[in-house]
Amino acid sequence: MHGIVVVGASAAGLAAAETLRREGYAGPLTLVGDEPHAPYDRPPLSKQILSGEWRPDRLPLRTPADLAALDLDLRLGGAATGLQLGERTVRLADGTTLSYDGLILATGVRPRRLPGEGAHVLRTLDDALTLRDRLGPGRRLVVVGAGFLGAEAAAVARRLGTEVILLEPAPVPLAHAVGAEVGRMLARVHLDEGVDLRCGTGVTEVTEDGVLLASGEVVEADEVLVAIGSVPNTAWLDGSGLAVADGVVCDVYGEAARNVYAAGDVARWHNPLFGTSMRIEHRTHAAEMGMAVARNLLAPEARKPFAPVPYFWSDQYGMKVQAYGFLRGHDEVAVVEGDLAERRFVALYRAGERVSGVLAVGMPPKAIRGWRQAVATGAGWHETVSPGALPVVRP
Amino acid sequence: MKVELEADKCVASGQCVLAAMDVFDQDDDGIAILLEDRPAPELLDDVKEAIAVCPAAAIRLVEQ
Ligand SMILES: Cc1cc2nc3c(=O)[nH]c(=O)nc-3n(C[C@H](O)[C@H](O)[C@H](O)COP(=O)(O)OP(=O)(O)OC[C@H]3O[C@@H](n4cnc5c(N)ncnc54)[C@H](O)[C@@H]3O)c2cc1C
Ligand code: SF4
Repeated sequence: MHGIVVVGASAAGLAAAETLRREGYAGPLTLVGDEPHAPYDRPPLSKQILSGEWRPDRLPLRTPADLAALDLDLRLGGAATGLQLGERTVRLADGTTLSYDGLILATGVRPRRLPGEGAHVLRTLDDALTLRDRLGPGRRLVVVGAGFLGAEAAAVARRLGTEVILLEPAPVPLAHAVGAEVGRMLARVHLDEGVDLRCGTGVTEVTEDGVLLASGEVVEADEVLVAIGSVPNTAWLDGSGLAVADGVVCDVYGEAARNVYAAGDVARWHNPLFGTSMRIEHRTHAAEMGMAVARNLLAPEARKPFAPVPYFWSDQYGMKVQAYGFLRGHDEVAVVEGDLAERRFVALYRAGERVSGVLAVGMPPKAIRGWRQAVATGAGWHETVSPGALPVVRP
Repeated sequence: MKVELEADKCVASGQCVLAAMDVFDQDDDGIAILLEDRPAPELLDDVKEAIAVCPAAAIRLVEQ
């Protein structure tokens, strides 16, 4: 028996390893990670670490004692470089080969970049520490991309007194993700906080003194942060025979090939709850899918389809955004409680005839939990939202 | 076994409440509240689920 190998030592990989042990798996368990650090948490990187509120010693996901109790063969600081499905082996950068009976892929994503040198990205602890040291009064930061990551970094930089220029190619930030109305509301908050938000502004290149726009104009800055989305870490799987299409392609169980599962940001799987293939980059999702595939790997006869209601949150200034469900590709948005202008509201999302998602800003958790239930049960839109009584917003 | 919650780490995601309703709740800001720090043995699996899924690693079980 060769045991189980988990590749990727972060939220999803750690959750998988812990679940294997919790479910009684006592055989050999190897956790491979290319970062030198013990598993740590990423959401605080663009929040408490960037702001300097937390020291990095608060980031580890588990104490050394908790990790030791897992009885892992923990291989940090070296990447997996190849997978041979036929031989059931994983090759590591140092030339070692690991044999496995079961394999879990949890290698996450890496930031997309722009041509040119010298820009920051924000994915790892080292990225966050480097950027943090460059922020403050008298500094000018250009953030390329007003998605959640760019928006959070812009908010922190602004609060630290940095002059912030936030560049977004779309006419409204996040419109494809949360709808135009909610996107406009989030944009408004940045403008009110003194961020120079410029929509409809595409960046082609990072230059020595800033960024070059598609229009040919140069925007000068001391620092540039590129936050334009991410690419799944699947290059090391090239030639393995695994199907990769913007993520490792898995079935409803999270399985990519016999006894090979994937979890977290790197995994694309069919979510039966929404009847569609998806790849989710949310913190809680990584843990949930890590847990689910660990269980499916251990007990193939009792496998369960992985059918979660995805959840994410984002903190910007004092404002917390929370959402359940699958908001992308929605057909309609309706504000069902509160008011966008007051920045206290619950918005429901429609896909076809069903409630597909809910997003709340500044609402108590109980207000949103009930609506989550509507998403989880696939409640009909018309039974849930009464058009006459409510302000309905079209995307 | 005793449950410990580091409220200052909590990011108000509510995953603990979904996993173990009888043990966790949230205040109006979403910060988790421990309803029961010594949950009955039959609730331990739910608590372990909550620990595993908490995105802030804010919950722990300690031997006592
Ligand atoms: C700055 C930031 C802020 C965020 N904020 C939020 C938030 O507020 N809310 C939210 O819901 N989500 C947030 N997220 C997203 C969340 O952090 C991710 O969804 C989560 O980290 C995914 O976990 P994962 O384990 O799948 O992947 P990752 O965390 O990316 O971990 C994968 C690990 O595998 C390693 N690896 C890659 N290739 C190899 C290889 N070949 N061999 C060995 N190891 C390899 C990587 O280096 C990495 O350590 C944020 C992400 C970032 C970067
Ligand atoms: S799961 Fe963790 S972060 Fe979320 S509310 Fe509970 S304690 Fe807080």
